[in-house]
Amino acid sequence: MTSYVITGGTLLGEEAADLLIEDGVISAIGSGLKGDVVVDASGCVILPGLVDLHTHLREPGREDAETVLSGSRAAAKGGFTCVHAMANTTPVADSAGVVEQVWRLGQQAGLVEVRPVGAVTMGLGGESLAELGAMADSAAHVRVFSDDGKCVYDAAIMRRALEYVKAFDGVIAQHAQEPRLTENAQMNEGVVSGKLGLAGWPAVAEEAIIARDVLLAQHVGARLHVCHLSTAGSVDIIRWAKARGINVTAEVTPHHLYFTDDVVESYNPIFKVNPPLRTAADVEAVRAGLADGTIDIVATDHAPHPSEDKDCEWSAAAFGMTGLESALSIVNATMVKSGAMTWAQVAERMSFAPARIGKVETQGQPLTVGSPANIVVFNPSIEAEVVPVNTASASRNTPYGGLTLPGQVVATFFAGRATVLEGELV
Amino acid sequence: MKHLLSAADLTREDAITVLDTASQLAAATAQGVGKLPPLRGRTVVNLFYEDSTRTRTSFEAAAKRLSADVINFSAKGSSVSKGESLKDTALTLEAMGADAVVIRHHSSGAPHQLANSGWISGGVVNAGDGTHEHPTQALLDAYTLRRHLRDNTGDLAGVKVAIVGDVLHSRVARSNAILLQTLGASVRLVGPPTLLPFGVETWGCEVSYDLDSSLDDVDAVMMLRVQRERMNAAYFPSAHEYSNRYGLNSVRAARMPDHAIVMHPGPMNRGMEITADVADSPRSVIVEQVSNGVSVRMAVLYLLLGGTEGTA
Repeated sequence: MTSYVITGGTLLGEEAADLLIEDGVISAIGSGLKGDVVVDASGCVILPGLVDLHTHLREPGREDAETVLSGSRAAAKGGFTCVHAMANTTPVADSAGVVEQVWRLGQQAGLVEVRPVGAVTMGLGGESLAELGAMADSAAHVRVFSDDGKCVYDAAIMRRALEYVKAFDGVIAQHAQEPRLTENAQMNEGVVSGKLGLAGWPAVAEEAIIARDVLLAQHVGARLHVCHLSTAGSVDIIRWAKARGINVTAEVTPHHLYFTDDVVESYNPIFKVNPPLRTAADVEAVRAGLADGTIDIVATDHAPHPSEDKDCEWSAAAFGMTGLESALSIVNATMVKSGAMTWAQVAERMSFAPARIGKVETQGQPLTVGSPANIVVFNPSIEAEVVPVNTASASRNTPYGGLTLPGQVVATFFAGRATVLEGELV
Repeated sequence: MKHLLSAADLTREDAITVLDTASQLAAATAQGVGKLPPLRGRTVVNLFYEDSTRTRTSFEAAAKRLSADVINFSAKGSSVSKGESLKDTALTLEAMGADAVVIRHHSSGAPHQLANSGWISGGVVNAGDGTHEHPTQALLDAYTLRRHLRDNTGDLAGVKVAIVGDVLHSRVARSNAILLQTLGASVRLVGPPTLLPFGVETWGCEVSYDLDSSLDDVDAVMMLRVQRERMNAAYFPSAHEYSNRYGLNSVRAARMPDHAIVMHPGPMNRGMEITADVADSPRSVIVEQVSNGVSVRMAVLYLLLGGTEGTA
């Protein structure tokens, strides 16, 4: 196996050191190290490989939007070494058979660790539990369960799911959306929706479910994860719950850190996403929550869609935007450059913590000798324009097209193997 | 002015130009000279994704009186009903050489996409999009107000208008709230709290939940159509309670100043938001709004497609 020396970078943006990768692990850290291939990391930060707890790979069922392979390529290009493939495929990943299929496709692609997420309820229908234990015991070793795209709206089903997965240390990742308050909702309910005449998705529809769920998690002593939290009120509820000792974790997406709902005034469906882009006050609150640890992780909610599902009128367009390749640059732009977070905190929010929540043992390990060589080399000062057609994803629905973002992934190593070198897929 | 997508596209001067042009075109038409020539050889497409007999007919009459060729492209009986996308329909119309597309669409923002996507090169006129805007309706309402209250000249400074009913779902209310204020009028929005949009306090309008106390100082009352089905989504308990609290009947109309007029964009639900005797009363200008609509749409098409601004 080829060995690599990464030279001239700083570990977590702190300590300058070279790093030797041999036989799948970090074999030495220091200076004057020798290897087959030298990776120049001058000006770069070295981070543990990123772990995404929320990725839509679309396979099986929507291979026109993404496949496990194309999504794995996009992930590697974005510095990820592990992604959690959401369950809302066709067929739904609600059985051991489907999660094993996705897991095997991930192994075949071999670019990142693909961890399937299992559906909480059969067919995402919200009415009866899927065979959670069978998925946990399968080769896919599922630990994260989610009906993402749909909310487990029924309080009794949610309670039972939270309780049941305690048997194998699973976690329910809730898409918090009260369905009756969001019927036909198109964008954040606020001043902008009132003006544009688009049906509103009120913050309370998210907050009411989160409030209910943290209390359920407390009641049954279970672990709860909140997907793509987007409002200031949600941050307050999570902060309150953590202060009470409730075992809850939460994620925010890069796009909720970056955009406000003002961009919807263009009526460009590239900005249509669920939960919707919120107000400036919400963006400020989720940034503050991420900085102070109330929000545990950044997760992309990478949601690829073919052009025809976005090249249409707003109400007919699909919800979702891609995000794997831009995530680290967005976190750099919104959190690091402003001084709100250090690179060590970025490693915590984008690698260590998501690996802990997902119970992925080989991921999110510290940059120490003997750790699996899952590594990203990131140059935070390269400014690059986002060109949608250049994506490694099968879909081009990035909301950042035409914007110049700070930072570029120079190299990614997955289990000791280079998946990205000099900014390009190997 | 290349497109008319929102009432917010119009400055005070633009709006007055449209109203003055409409007035001149109305006078020319009234002289009975038949069709006017300025849009000869130009093609106007009426692209209607929603049923709208009155707006489509009004645009068609306006375009024909200016000698334009008119193509009516409606969702029923065309490839639109077979699921053709807005994009493909737009590309088809572009290939046919449409100089202007008048679009009515159930999705808010569809005219913006048509105008800004690069699919077509011609002008776009928003003839009502979802629950967003209906700018030519606001222009014809402003024209009607100006005729009755300001001697058909200038702006609407000092005019007080109450817009009553389902503001939340009304594109007419949104466009009027913008345009009437651009022209100097003050606007009071009246309706149950469930039918006033989130953020309405930022619109610059006065907001009231009480119709009875909203009538004695107005120069005009504009009643909005309210769909009976809204009560199924709990916007109000029943049609009966709605008309009791927010319907314009002759008792309420009597509270209005003598000179004040009653307007409605149509189609009316007689007995729901307005009683028949008010709709047919001398202070009702509802039928006149329809004929003013043709003049105003002639002015819009003329200014978008025709020659120099401001001269008819």
